[in-house]
Amino acid sequence: MTLVIVLIVVAVALLVSAGLVVSTRSRLGAALEGRGAPQPGTLPSTASTISAQAEPEPEPSPRFEAEAARPVMRDRLGRARGLLAGYFDQVRGRKGIDDATFEELEEALILADVGVATTTRVLGDLRDKLHSGALSATDPTALLQALQDDLVAMFDGDVGSLAYGDGDGPTVWLFVGVNGVGKTTTIGKLALRETESGRSVVLAAGDTFRAAAGEQLESWAERAGARIVRGSDGADPSSVIFDAVQHAASRRAGLVLADTAGRLHTKVNLMDELRKVRRVAERPPGQLTEVLLVLDATTGQNGVVQARQFTEAVGVTGIVLTKLDGTAKGGVVLAIRSELGLPIKLVGVGEAPADLVPFDPAEFVSVLFG
Amino acid sequence: MFDTLTDRFDAIFTRLRGRGRLGDAEVAEVLREIRVALLEADVNLVVVRDLLEAIRARCTGAELAKHLTPAQQVIKVVNEELTVTLGGEALKISYASKPPTVVLLAGLQGSGKTTASAKLARWFRQQGRHPYLIGADLQRPAAVEQLRVLGAEIGVDVFSEPTDPVSVVRSGLAEARRLGRDVVIVDTAGRLAIDRVLMDEVRRVSEALHPDYTFFVVDAMTGQDAVQTAEAFHQALQLDGIILTKVDGDARGGAALSVKQVVGRPIAFLSTGERVADFEIFHPDRLASRILGMGDVLSLIEKAEREYDEEVTGQTIERLQAGTFTLDDFLDQLRQLKKMGPLTGLLSLMPGVPKEVRDAKVDDRDVGKIEAIICSMTPLERTDPTVLDGSRRLRIAHGSGTSTTEVNNLLRQFKEMQKMMRGIGPMAKLMGGRPGNPSKSSKGNRKKVKGGRVTPSSRGLGPTR
Repeated sequence: MTLVIVLIVVAVALLVSAGLVVSTRSRLGAALEGRGAPQPGTLPSTASTISAQAEPEPEPSPRFEAEAARPVMRDRLGRARGLLAGYFDQVRGRKGIDDATFEELEEALILADVGVATTTRVLGDLRDKLHSGALSATDPTALLQALQDDLVAMFDGDVGSLAYGDGDGPTVWLFVGVNGVGKTTTIGKLALRETESGRSVVLAAGDTFRAAAGEQLESWAERAGARIVRGSDGADPSSVIFDAVQHAASRRAGLVLADTAGRLHTKVNLMDELRKVRRVAERPPGQLTEVLLVLDATTGQNGVVQARQFTEAVGVTGIVLTKLDGTAKGGVVLAIRSELGLPIKLVGVGEAPADLVPFDPAEFVSVLFG
Repeated sequence: MFDTLTDRFDAIFTRLRGRGRLGDAEVAEVLREIRVALLEADVNLVVVRDLLEAIRARCTGAELAKHLTPAQQVIKVVNEELTVTLGGEALKISYASKPPTVVLLAGLQGSGKTTASAKLARWFRQQGRHPYLIGADLQRPAAVEQLRVLGAEIGVDVFSEPTDPVSVVRSGLAEARRLGRDVVIVDTAGRLAIDRVLMDEVRRVSEALHPDYTFFVVDAMTGQDAVQTAEAFHQALQLDGIILTKVDGDARGGAALSVKQVVGRPIAFLSTGERVADFEIFHPDRLASRILGMGDVLSLIEKAEREYDEEVTGQTIERLQAGTFTLDDFLDQLRQLKKMGPLTGLLSLMPGVPKEVRDAKVDDRDVGKIEAIICSMTPLERTDPTVLDGSRRLRIAHGSGTSTTEVNNLLRQFKEMQKMMRGIGPMAKLMGGRPGNPSKSSKGNRKKVKGGRVTPSSRGLGPTR
């Protein structure tokens, strides 16, 4: 706590002086330019920006030219896939293997969001194989194949199936993640899949924070023929999930899919809330068998931080990688796998419910390679 | 969000500080480090390459100033290049001469369009406009419902109907005209850049609307793909600006650099939290400074200006001028501080905060503890903490549910702070004393901020080091 007091003291002191500035600002008027700038000249006067907003000057709209220049959308899929494929083609097309080969491979992997550290490690292994003679120095195709195999091997043992409890109570799958990654949609699609395979499913609308998250889940429940337990807006998510487990137990439903509000892993209190949700979810009769971190394929290196923080807080058992049907390659899961050892369980490759599929390492890597 | 990037540069430049001159070899090493730092921050590879080229050219060229150390030289160059890449200057909204001014929001699924729409509407209302929201996301279940709830929260009407996006925006626009609203904000469904059908749809929506501004909403956590997505949206919609969301996380935010570079339009707004109030105009130069660890004093002052109660602060300043700063004043300030959001967010704006402090886990609930301790004191104890003997301290600890150690801690730190405030007091008097002389006041004022900037971090943080 000492640290916090120190910080507060600093903050208050700074703000009081900021307050001084604010209160004298009106008096000082135009003379304020350059105030407080650590490097005068690099910071503009905010006053001018603000006044420009308050007194709009009519400006000719560039709309008309823009319309003429507006091109028709081309097939992005081909171009996007070709982006990385181009690198690999270049590697393949050369007679031998040289520094340029490794540079191209490095760029391709980095563009796929694999991250600098993991890329360096993977390519280092590949170099070692070259030096030890395990790979021919004149066969780029074999080199690419070896790289692909190495990447697939990183996911060794991932089966892409979700675990059910073997006891009497309902199995609980908890879904966590930052805002906007597709938790609710993933739950909806899974609910559909599980009811179709004959399970009785209860959805727990644990996202009581985002406006209309409950409604969104409810429309999925209707579609899937699943039951849904909701709390009032702003209710304690733990209580909603507790109720859902109780409800499932009394109805002898086999599976509870527990939604939670999206939260940034940096928010201490929200992560604490999630810890409590987990404690409640694993309380009998519920059997918590999966805590799934939903991750957006467009996420960059912050995905590793997310995975680490959520695992620390609630013991993530696997990852659901959504939105892989876009141009993003989702290579960050390689970094997550190599740093944290978390398995990838499901992959979302489209809007339709059937597009949520079990993770297949070989397929994933081949998509990565264009 | 850009903290980690700052740390990387810190490490590089600390090493650089030991060198006398900046040779080709040093430049190459620094560039390599900058490259890794930028790539790890998710800046797109191509953008990194351009940036490094520009930095290299300027570092090895003759442009170097004689009076700077090598580290300062590189920092200056990197800072300027980042500022240029980030956009040179902030977006200025100019309103349509024939209202309403139409704003269209587009982006990937889950980037935060619906929340950003509501935040933008609130922002326009703060500018004295009369915004109107149109919910054209008929794709995601309950998206319109979400917009309605948010609209009700900020007191802005929401229009939508279950037809198709193009008719929704047509009728919505007509309705806005009928109601005499001067700003219309249109929320659209999230779509992938390669989804031809949906991209075509959003283009038809745009053609029906003739928006004055089209904003691309992009998640600060986005990786390398940001470039391709932004390119595709720009081709389809002719973007006017970018709204960067989820900036309150710890993503290094390289996507901001990438998107800016590709689209060539300014980053207009930052969405910095879960509350509708967490939304601000983007200032590239400030961000560049922040990347380089110079802090963001201007944003801090603006935030204080927005959230601080002038009356309360005025009273505190008066007491400061009188040379008295009591625990009551501290409590007032603390409560004001709470309004400004989590401490960690504030810290990231402050310059000169060492890495260890920035990385420390700050539990905002400790603020509550401190509040409880002060509230458990009698008025006398609050104005004169010297009366606090052992038994009073024990009583306070019991009353606030804390321990005497925590009470002692607080008192010790408060004493430090009083000393600091005594330093600020005379300056406040000085400023209050000569309102009529702009040039001198301006000078004094600049000092003031400097005092607030340097003094607390060097004095107040002393004990932790």
